[in-house]
Amino acid sequence: MASEEAAVIARGLTKVFGDLVAVNAVDLRIDKRQVYGFLGPNGSGKSTTIRMLCGLLTPSGGNIDVLGMEIPRQAEALRRRIGYMTQHFSLFGDLTVRENLEFLAAVQGLAAAPARRRVAELLEEFHFSGMERQLAATLSGGQKQRLALAGSIVHGPELLFLDEPTSAVDPESRRDFWEKLFELADAGTTILVSSHYMDEAERCHRLAILDRGTLVADGTPAELTGSLEGRTIAVEAQQPRRAKATVLGLPGVISAAQIGNSLRILCESGDGIEERLSRALEEAGLQARLTAARPTLEDVFVAVTTHRAPGETAKTP
Amino acid sequence: MNLRRLWAIVIKELRQLRRDRVTLAMIAGIPVMQLVLFGYAINLNLRHLPTAIVDEAQTSASRQLAMDMLATDIIRPAAHATTAEDVMALIHRGEISVGIVIPRDFERRLARGEPVAQVLVDGSDTVVQSAAAQLAQLPLTTPATERDRASIPLPRAPISVVSFYNPQRVSAINIVPGLIGIILTMTMVMFTSVAIVRERERGNMELLIATPVSRSELMLGKVLPYGIIGLVQTTLILLLGMWLFGVPVRGSAIDVYWAALLLILANLSLGLLISTRAQSQFQAMQMTFFVFLPSILLSGFMFPFEGMPLPAKWIAEILPLTHFLRLIRGIMLRGADLHELWPEVLALLAFITLMMTLAISRFSKRLD
Repeated sequence: MASEEAAVIARGLTKVFGDLVAVNAVDLRIDKRQVYGFLGPNGSGKSTTIRMLCGLLTPSGGNIDVLGMEIPRQAEALRRRIGYMTQHFSLFGDLTVRENLEFLAAVQGLAAAPARRRVAELLEEFHFSGMERQLAATLSGGQKQRLALAGSIVHGPELLFLDEPTSAVDPESRRDFWEKLFELADAGTTILVSSHYMDEAERCHRLAILDRGTLVADGTPAELTGSLEGRTIAVEAQQPRRAKATVLGLPGVISAAQIGNSLRILCESGDGIEERLSRALEEAGLQARLTAARPTLEDVFVAVTTHRAPGETAKTP
Repeated sequence: MNLRRLWAIVIKELRQLRRDRVTLAMIAGIPVMQLVLFGYAINLNLRHLPTAIVDEAQTSASRQLAMDMLATDIIRPAAHATTAEDVMALIHRGEISVGIVIPRDFERRLARGEPVAQVLVDGSDTVVQSAAAQLAQLPLTTPATERDRASIPLPRAPISVVSFYNPQRVSAINIVPGLIGIILTMTMVMFTSVAIVRERERGNMELLIATPVSRSELMLGKVLPYGIIGLVQTTLILLLGMWLFGVPVRGSAIDVYWAALLLILANLSLGLLISTRAQSQFQAMQMTFFVFLPSILLSGFMFPFEGMPLPAKWIAEILPLTHFLRLIRGIMLRGADLHELWPEVLALLAFITLMMTLAISRFSKRLD
């Protein structure tokens, strides 16, 4: 079932906790040497999916093939070939930077001499020179994430799972962190990274959007935004708040977000929506100018994760 | 089992321990504190109980009896009384703990073999009561040779308590070997009971189980460093016991360490099992008390094993401390060696194997 070019193939992946279906029949395919993004609101099942893929959670249903191995049956053998960075900092706060890396190198089975070389290499590469004797607990958020990433690749894994690695990190550290990820991907590592930052999602080669345990979108960023062509409209109005209230009541409008003096409107389909919008605004006595806007991943995210019962009006994102 | 991985975990535990000041203080603090507390303050053999003696007979034999009782050092004269009623009143007011009344017809009772004297005791303290009971068993000292055996029957032979191994009845000698067991039970179970659950609370566990480290490597790696610490504690108690209380080691010191190591491993593996079950460090601490209390009360450390009801004995047989006490008292006080005490060694080995197997099988490298 494994193809030469796929690092991860999952079919019908399901996880049930009691009454809660955390992951519902998710199909995934991650090609090798890709940075694959996992996007979704909190509680959408991202972490649960990642944990199932690395064999830490037993799926309630479905098949998983990771690097040609059947998971969870071969999970133990898989652990030598993957790296996993947990959502919360999970290195030892009461060990120093160097001690943490030394411990992980030994636990990952590196012999003494190669381990020493590898730790020295990582300290240098991840800019920890001079602070190798600092306790991990005293590092800043960005430094902790850098150390966690260094720790997760100490054994040179083919596949890297990163669970919201940048959720508590300042923007500059986030940029540096992503630079590192692309270096790793260039060197041949496959990376699955979950996030709820749109700018990070746009950097991925391909991404999947999860919502309430269900896979609601899967494709390259260009494919995903392309599917919304003609459905995003910018409205410039004198009274944007009144305009927003008017627009939100219209059928076919998914969301309207105010950005400065203009409104960004996401619609269900592009057919004649512009006319209906301008008519409605005119009837409400509002001066407005409508233009087609280029869809972004945020629009995709809102479009696939907004739930409306029939007849219900749109929500403000 | 990969030795390099096992070693990595041992080193990691020792490094973390080195930075944990509270635990470090506990390693040395608990043995020293307990040894001093139990050795000096808790003396189960009372001496110099305040006493009043009423000698209504006033014969040379009755005076002899009174002098003999005082010579035991268990009692000391503390108040003057002339009648049995005085004695009762003194006891009632709490001025004395023991009253001795030698009746007017002492010589006649002695001749008939009837009870010759009465020891009145403030029974509200059982330890005092048992001390006085010893007093009542004092053999009448009229030398047997001076008696006409045919005409005067001896009073019902009083049972004298003869203590071979602790003739001065010094508590410390009995308590120090047992204290090694108490201290090791207290600290060892506590150290490992939080070992796994702490990693889970701090979030380290998810990282660890995603690595190739095996369950037995992880469990053994957590037990070994504390095993070394347990032996250090044993040495500390032994040295302090010898220095402060002159506690002898009559058997071989190697045997003492083997016995200690068995108890250490038994307690560490029990702690590890607790750690795989507990949901939080606090809960783990609570669970250690379920082990600690019966260990103190039922093992034979505080109260003699022989006097316990059968169900208590069954529970005691499960506790590692019970078997250790038999081992260590045998080795240190009677000079026995480990081979002679093999049933206790076997019991401890079985306990270790069972607890370690349960701990490893209960620990899962999955999150569900």
